[in-house]
Amino acid sequence: MINAVGRDIPEEILRLTGKEVFQGNNHFDGYEYRRQAPKVKCVIDPEKSKLRSSIREVLEACGIKDGMTLSFHHHFREGDKIVNMVMKEVHDMGLKDIRLCASSLGKAHEALVPMIEDGTITEIRSSGVRGEIGKVISEGKLKGLAYMQSHGGRVRSIVSGEVKIDIAFIGAPTADDYGNCSGIGGTSDCGVLSYAAADADYADNVVVITDHLVPFPNMPAQISMTKVDYVVQVDQIGDPAKIATGAAKPTSDVRKLMMADNCTSFVINTPYFKDGFSYQTGVGGASIASAVALSKIMKERGIRMRFGVGGLTKPMCDILNNDQVDCLLDTQDFDLDAVENVKHPRHFYISADEYANPFNKGAVVNRLDFVILASLEVDVHFNCNVVVGSDGVLTGAQGGHPDTAAGAKCSIVITPLVQGRIPAVCTDVTTVTTPGESVDVVVTDYGIAINPRRQDLMEAVKDAGLPLRTIEELRDIAYSITGEPKKVQFGDRVVGIIESRDGTIMDVVREVKEFSFAE
Amino acid sequence: MDIIKPAVAGTMESSDCQVTIEPGNGGIELDIQSPVIHQFGDQIRKTILETLKDLDIENARLTVVDKGALDCTVRARVEAAAYRSVGQKDALPWGGAIR
Amino acid sequence: MMNPDKKRLRRTMMFLNAQKPSLIKDPYIYKPDSLMFDLEDAVAENQKDAARFSLYHALRTIDYRGCEKVVRINGLDTDLWKEDIRCAVAAGCDVIRISKTETGADVKAVEARVEAAEKEFGRPEGSVLIMAAIESCKGVLNAQEICGASERLFGIALSGGDYTKDLQTSISGTGVELMGARQILIIAARAAGVQCFDTVYTDLDNEEGFRREVEMIHTMGFDGKSIVNPRQIHIVHEIYTPAQKDIFFAEKVVREIDSKKAQGIGVFTVDGKMIDIAFYDGAKRTIELAKASGVYKGDL
Repeated sequence: MINAVGRDIPEEILRLTGKEVFQGNNHFDGYEYRRQAPKVKCVIDPEKSKLRSSIREVLEACGIKDGMTLSFHHHFREGDKIVNMVMKEVHDMGLKDIRLCASSLGKAHEALVPMIEDGTITEIRSSGVRGEIGKVISEGKLKGLAYMQSHGGRVRSIVSGEVKIDIAFIGAPTADDYGNCSGIGGTSDCGVLSYAAADADYADNVVVITDHLVPFPNMPAQISMTKVDYVVQVDQIGDPAKIATGAAKPTSDVRKLMMADNCTSFVINTPYFKDGFSYQTGVGGASIASAVALSKIMKERGIRMRFGVGGLTKPMCDILNNDQVDCLLDTQDFDLDAVENVKHPRHFYISADEYANPFNKGAVVNRLDFVILASLEVDVHFNCNVVVGSDGVLTGAQGGHPDTAAGAKCSIVITPLVQGRIPAVCTDVTTVTTPGESVDVVVTDYGIAINPRRQDLMEAVKDAGLPLRTIEELRDIAYSITGEPKKVQFGDRVVGIIESRDGTIMDVVREVKEFSFAE
Repeated sequence: MDIIKPAVAGTMESSDCQVTIEPGNGGIELDIQSPVIHQFGDQIRKTILETLKDLDIENARLTVVDKGALDCTVRARVEAAAYRSVGQKDALPWGGAIR
Repeated sequence: MMNPDKKRLRRTMMFLNAQKPSLIKDPYIYKPDSLMFDLEDAVAENQKDAARFSLYHALRTIDYRGCEKVVRINGLDTDLWKEDIRCAVAAGCDVIRISKTETGADVKAVEARVEAAEKEFGRPEGSVLIMAAIESCKGVLNAQEICGASERLFGIALSGGDYTKDLQTSISGTGVELMGARQILIIAARAAGVQCFDTVYTDLDNEEGFRREVEMIHTMGFDGKSIVNPRQIHIVHEIYTPAQKDIFFAEKVVREIDSKKAQGIGVFTVDGKMIDIAFYDGAKRTIELAKASGVYKGDL
């Protein structure tokens, strides 16, 4: 069945997943449902301890068995040790058909590859996968499907009961023996625990794993003891050097600076750029340079930001430190400056639910004026692909891309027009992750294209002297440089689905196959 | 042009491609690796074959490790490898066989 | 007939290693006035051959979107420069840049080869220009002879690195060691009616120092500067942007001279200043600079 972005979703996948095809961003607006409720095992006896001495012991205490769904968060990013630690034990116990529900998986988790191959893990839900995990999934070695979810979409799937988490594992930089945990402190400081909040609320069993046990009470707790069944202390939950790196050096790449310039010039010429505006930006060189440039212009014009959202990095925290913004709303910290900045009284921790879930009573993304995003590919319909690489292999993450793009009044995608030999602006993206209806502007090193749906934006910037082009013109320039690309040759089997934030199917990802030359 | 000595041209840097040319076994043999093989594999192959034809090379084995090179670079590297193989450095046929 | 490009605007000339595909695939994006594809120092000795093929196909295929295409050939003391010229001219370059020019005879030697290549590859006679880089004390002292050696020569450039070695000193950052050469070259160039370009500035992180140097050479009368990194381009262009009052004045001068010429009047006043035909070229240049800098709103 053809969905709203023109992708043909095979009937068998609709049957298999019980899902509908994507029918537009606001299709489910006003939809009523009852949230799922987790099983709660009461702790009344004050003598009872929640502490367990090992992962194995806690797995047994939770009654782990084949087919269960285990969940993890990715606040430790490429420094995460929790997933491998737990899954090694699961594997050693000989368990099968485990469903992973991770907020994201990366290169830190390549130890999972043999577990995918031998059937320990047979289904994966994640914002994204990178490296070897993406490769084995694309090679068809995962028995079930990989569900690629946005951060908001993941929370929706948990809250709505589509996904029932049996055991949630929450790596916590600090925790007390009753399970009050926080992203702040210890040696694996990651700032916040936003992605784990829904897991704590909705999993039947909640296990906190920490390497820094503090005396009760660990306050303020980002996740409360009232939701935690067990606490395990281990040697190390993460590699601090890879959790939060030093702030990226401001880019000196002139191409990125030019794109940042174009982006900033666009932003300040829209009607949304006024006192009290809100803003979110990514971690790419151009996005960061744009935030730096914006802060300068805000100062010159006496314009103050009401709130910033992130995925936070140093430049956004600098805006707070310079008192140019009223507050920051934080779901994740990408560098040490952002982690440190969590202690600022106007830097607030929010859960992924508050951040982006489309199935609650209104999320932060809906109140955004601007979001600055990146993309592997954008097509002439403004659809974006942030998950499938040019070789057809799963290699990125949806993250908050579709959520923020859908919510923000002005969604800007920055990308160099040509990356390697791949034209970033093309006729049809390999795989749709964010629908064109969410994307308003594409900024490249060869000019800026505004989505024709946004005549208001075209009108607003028409005299600003910006290098405006149509999206088709950008594509044509790209193709004139690289030649017209052929489509990736996929096999037949569907190995993954791109889940829209509302749970419908945006696109499918098929098995890769070896390239064969024409004739 | 007769390929007698093996020769290499180009680098493994991004946007470049490394071409190794060797004597063939009575025809053209091509081995192409590229991160953009799906999108441009056919185009790269076509460019290489055209270049060989222009140079009048009918018997060679080429190993091409592409790093996202544009056609003009692919052409340049094949020619550089071929002329290295025969040791010709001057009086090159610019605008003739090289085009 | 003079090649009309001889006097074109050349504020920035960006060096690119002709052998590096990632550098030559779209440098026009940074909008320098000229691109200088290097076959000489940037290219390793054992890659000189490969660089030519790379240059040839880049110039033949890539649309450099109005940037002037200059090719720096290997020194006349090598066995490479003659084939470099054949390659560059066949490929469609606009300019051959001679390195280590020391005499007018050097320019004439290159001129002869360029002319032969134009014939060989069917390009109109005179379509390829020449510029001479001066990199030695002898070259500096022969600047006048070099400037006048060929009708094709549009300008000379100082190459500070080699020149200071010849002087037995080094680049200090103060500019004191280059003072004499800069003065001699700009005077010789102006006397011969050709352009003059300043050497590169390699301390990339010192933006202030770069800015000071560009302001200085701008004041000295240089037409532009050689560039090693795209981040230097906008700074040069900014410094070379004429002030609004100068643009207004230039506009008046051009209009007045155009109309007074028709009436046969030779000397008159604009804004209280005595003006004659000698002001015309300068005023035209100001308008052209203003257009290139994107600050000209008039209709001249």
